[in-house]
Amino acid sequence: MKYVDEFRDGKLARNLAASITAAILPDRSYSFMEFCGGHTHAISRYGIAELLPANVRMIHGPGCPVCVLPIGRVDNAIRLALEHGVILCSYGDTLRVPASDDLSLLKAKARGGDVRMVYSSADALQIARDNPQREVVFFAIGFETTTPPTALVIRQAAAEGLSNFSVLCNHVLTPSAITHILESPEVRQYGTVPLDGFIGPAHVSTVIGSRPYEHFAEEYRKPVVIAGFEPLDVMQAILMLVRQVNDGRAQVENEFTRAVTRDGNVKAQALVSEVFELRRSFEWRGLGEVPYSALKVRQAFAWFDAETRYGLDYIPVADNRACECGAILRGVKKPQDCKLFGTACTPESPMGSCMVSSEGACAAHYTYGRFKDIAVAAA
Amino acid sequence: MNGKLKKHYVRALDIRNGRVDMSHGSGGRAMAQLIEELFGRAFDNDFLRQGNDGALLPQAHGRLVMATDAHVVSPLFFPGGDIGSLSVHGTINDVAMMGARPLYLSAAFVLEEGFPLADLQRIVQSMASAAREAGVSIVTGDTKVVEQGSADGIFIATTGVGVVADGIDLSGAHARPGDAILVSGSIGDHGIAIMSRRENLAFDVPIESDTAALHGLVEAMLECGAAIRCLRDPTRGGLAATLNEIATQSGVGMLLDEAAIPVKPVVDAACEFLGLDPLYVANEGKLVAICAARDAERLLAAMRAHPLAREAAVIGTVHEDRHHFVQMKTGFGGHRNVDWLAGEQLPRIC
Amino acid sequence: MCLAIPARIEEMSGADAAVVNLGGVRKEISLALVEGVDVGDYVIVHVGYALSRLDPDEAEKTLALFAELNGVAS
Repeated sequence: MKYVDEFRDGKLARNLAASITAAILPDRSYSFMEFCGGHTHAISRYGIAELLPANVRMIHGPGCPVCVLPIGRVDNAIRLALEHGVILCSYGDTLRVPASDDLSLLKAKARGGDVRMVYSSADALQIARDNPQREVVFFAIGFETTTPPTALVIRQAAAEGLSNFSVLCNHVLTPSAITHILESPEVRQYGTVPLDGFIGPAHVSTVIGSRPYEHFAEEYRKPVVIAGFEPLDVMQAILMLVRQVNDGRAQVENEFTRAVTRDGNVKAQALVSEVFELRRSFEWRGLGEVPYSALKVRQAFAWFDAETRYGLDYIPVADNRACECGAILRGVKKPQDCKLFGTACTPESPMGSCMVSSEGACAAHYTYGRFKDIAVAAA
Repeated sequence: MNGKLKKHYVRALDIRNGRVDMSHGSGGRAMAQLIEELFGRAFDNDFLRQGNDGALLPQAHGRLVMATDAHVVSPLFFPGGDIGSLSVHGTINDVAMMGARPLYLSAAFVLEEGFPLADLQRIVQSMASAAREAGVSIVTGDTKVVEQGSADGIFIATTGVGVVADGIDLSGAHARPGDAILVSGSIGDHGIAIMSRRENLAFDVPIESDTAALHGLVEAMLECGAAIRCLRDPTRGGLAATLNEIATQSGVGMLLDEAAIPVKPVVDAACEFLGLDPLYVANEGKLVAICAARDAERLLAAMRAHPLAREAAVIGTVHEDRHHFVQMKTGFGGHRNVDWLAGEQLPRIC
Repeated sequence: MCLAIPARIEEMSGADAAVVNLGGVRKEISLALVEGVDVGDYVIVHVGYALSRLDPDEAEKTLALFAELNGVAS
């Protein structure tokens, strides 16, 4: 596969690993946070951490929109399916998230809710066209990569007068989450979480461009390197971050030049502002309330906003008290530090946000890396 | 099966336009006609011609193996096969994985009211030819009809019986540290062939299900003299599930080499598109073999000599590990776990 | 929600849609979120939509970076 295989080449990986080892200052440690769930997954799936020198540590940030989706929001989706009898369309990742009353969307389906998995917002719109006598709701989640496709279908539904279609909007914003982390006491005041730089998300950046990150670099004096999606991209970005740290620079660099420009996808951005506006505040699972971090449907498209149409209230639901997701998402603790990890909390029975999606730090570590926690006599 | 069937009915079955209805499962004339004209004609053999409810089988010379499988695949017809050929191959393979020669099959059908007879005949004929090619007879069966909406058109359950020669003792509990792990060919073909139909993917080179009867391959492998510990076919849950099962059963760990695992490039690409991992995608015509390390080359050669295993490969080794982890060295160079599948493999968007 | 793949546009199909090809797998996707792409271009596809055009020159430059021997004995 062109533009995929070349970026996974093992020989180049060894070369990059050697370059990183040569670049690091031996008496310094480096901690970088990768924000994008796709990067978390790539690091685990390809075993990148093991190719890095010991004093380079990767911290998994809250870049997985399924993981940061609060239970209360999933409860609303389940309510729509079971109590309002809508056809509830959802991406696959969200179907398994455990919500209140021991339910999930998948379990709601087993109880008779019409819950359907879709790959694309366009599929949900088509279901609305095909079922004019039923109400159809698209359970929209995701960062800036996934928001334009949702904006598009709302605009299309409005243009077509598709009155049986609406969207339950849970889109969240990357820069707000990064700010929240940088503002957290452990990072800003106490310095107990040394955070030397960020690997910027790949596909979010194709939409928003590299410009929004310039603010962090300046204000917080942290370098940001936007990395492509493949494992070699991630390693190259780590090398670039190491060099910035060594040079005392705090700039925004773009490793993913083949797909990211400074301005981003202006057409998609315009579409998003046409359909959505900022929420004052939004709860992120594990992080609490984060100001100006999420979107809701604009008044002009109110008919297509499921929250308005069905009069849904948001009722926050707390996580298990022993759950350490909040600390893990901020990089303060590791999955292994949580008492519930691997015991009460596993991918089959996730208790907190980090275990829910295969990209959450805990799920990724459990699935791909927990053998490293235990000394094993490997051949 | 009912007693002697009357030869003169008012009309022969209208295969072209007819549909299954509740009378076909009621035990009356309609059911008798369905059995004779559709099932009996396709599966025809001495046992069925006995016309009894149970088939009287000759004495077996050796230990018996019995296996059963239920088939609920959707869509019913897919590139490379259908639910019929799948139900025959699947059970033949389960018997063969014990080192047995499959001899007889039974087939039970649960039909949904309204199911087209033309589709039923197509499926039944597919079963008949799969069984014939494999040298196995379908000797007894059953038919039930359920109301519309209670089944996905048709469910088929097959049970197979075979005989194991003396001295053969294969089991998932027999893998030992040092053993070699082999696979008979490319993984993920069947699951992707099914998913591509569901998700409107098209291909430059079509992907077909690999559904096949593997007992001939198994026979060749047993004959080559290698010390084989275990054979298993990686169906639902894919290669990952099968290896984790064996690791747990045998109380060992495994280390795989990603670069050695055969995956067709187009299956790889389809998995990228759909957000799936080929290790977890179902196969219906492949097997995993664990054998003594010293015999790996010999076994590999015997497999590659067989038309169903030309791309066989050694993909890893067994080692001591009280946690029974299946690990893999990635093509990239690092290591990762190949864990059990958590829940259903839902395609990732993230 | 980052999983996206780079695929080549094989043919245009109607307003704002195209059939893309990745490694021999073809699927119809929407071009409604991009402009100025044509047959032969590579696009990044996410949940059925092209999000941006992939620049082949930049891709080559990036690959060359990976191969640099950065003061390391080869």
